[in-house]
Amino acid sequence: MSNTQSTTSLFSRVLRRDLLIHVAQRGELINPLFFFLMVVSLFPIGVSPDAQVLRILAPGVVWIAALLATLIAADSLFQQDFEDGSLEQLVLAPEPLYFTVLAKVIVHWLITGLPLTLFAPLLGVMFYLPWESIKVLTLTLLIGTPVMALINAIGAALTVGVRRGGMLIPLIVLPLHIPILIFGTQAVKATEDGFDISGQISLMLAMLVMALSLAPLAISAGLKIGVSR
Amino acid sequence: MMSSQSSINSLQVDSLTCVRDDRLLFEGLSFSLQAGSVLQIAGPNGCGKTSFLKILAGLLLSESGSIYWCGTSVLKDSFSFRNALTYLGHAPGIKLALSPYDNLLWLCAINKLERKDKIDAALKRVGLDGYEHLPCYQLSAGQRRRVTLARLLLDDSPLWVLDEPFSSIDKEGVQFLEGCIAEKAKSGGIIVLTTHHSLNIPGLTVECLQIDQINVSGPAGSELTSSEAGDSGHGDLSHGRDQD
Repeated sequence: MSNTQSTTSLFSRVLRRDLLIHVAQRGELINPLFFFLMVVSLFPIGVSPDAQVLRILAPGVVWIAALLATLIAADSLFQQDFEDGSLEQLVLAPEPLYFTVLAKVIVHWLITGLPLTLFAPLLGVMFYLPWESIKVLTLTLLIGTPVMALINAIGAALTVGVRRGGMLIPLIVLPLHIPILIFGTQAVKATEDGFDISGQISLMLAMLVMALSLAPLAISAGLKIGVSR
Repeated sequence: MMSSQSSINSLQVDSLTCVRDDRLLFEGLSFSLQAGSVLQIAGPNGCGKTSFLKILAGLLLSESGSIYWCGTSVLKDSFSFRNALTYLGHAPGIKLALSPYDNLLWLCAINKLERKDKIDAALKRVGLDGYEHLPCYQLSAGQRRRVTLARLLLDDSPLWVLDEPFSSIDKEGVQFLEGCIAEKAKSGGIIVLTTHHSLNIPGLTVECLQIDQINVSGPAGSELTSSEAGDSGHGDLSHGRDQD
């Protein structure tokens, strides 16, 4: 009983602490979001402003830009904690690292993935998407960005303490993002073509559940290796 | 709260070996400590003091050998060992963006302490009253170190593993920390620390373990040399060498 209690208390303490840190460093918060909006806005300029073309491009462009934006943010996920010694403290805490890293990734998603998702409808309008597709695009990003955050965190954990590790993360995790990317963009296209998308959504939810339950194991293992360097 | 505090604590280290980057730092390192002991690890820079403390804390794996806490291997019962352990590395886990108060809240959560009321008192005792809610990046290096002191003050785990705890604190802070260590030892705790500062704690025997580049080997405890504090000079400054 007391065991579960202390785990939740460290969990909520890490949640609160990380949110506080991000509030204190809010300048860095907007960087991924800005990147996301900029990259997506370049396509109408660079490719074609034609509504027909943009409608075809929209799901892929928004999804890939979101993926790259979360990758950029992932670099800093554990780096600071590693440098100031907090990571050692977390690894040595009696509570399982599983829940602690879950709390950290949740905060990371709240400050990177969630804002991206909230801005997706705006980009949908910019790309002349019909309202139905905009709704699906936002929904798929809502399911997809937590998966991305969890997978990116594996890369961040494996490269923690490695100099110039930021360059390695995309190489490690990009292949792992392919399934969720396929189903996410496919769901939006299917809506435009008038098909049912419950299959895609169910599969994406299954991926989310799998990532939520398994990724923290991989992240903790990576961090344990990281602090032993 | 902590049940192991009242029971008899003991720490036994049996023939640890450390190899880093294909270089043997030490091998066959053994000793055993009873409740109330303070062990100072000494040796030149790069001899493996920090690596040893990391192995002891469970951050690094030893090539061979084992560690026993209260008679049980720490690998077998890592939960109770981690419950008992407070490890302070070179970087003490102080977040610069957060205030001393928020930092301590979090550090206490790691040690499973809910001590909101005591945090203010602890900060006052280390001389940080008035700074409780300033972000730590506005504090000096010494003041940040004092946040760590406040943590030790709040901490009731029976085993402290401290890596260079005396770096960048002033004389007063040194005395304060020595007081903390003495108190912990008196209450049956075990402290293992590295420092170049010669500890001067009245009424407390500080054992000293020398790690040299030459391999440390021999039967358990044979390398320990005890020195009664107070008879070996009163200099509370470290002995010239390895000041970095």
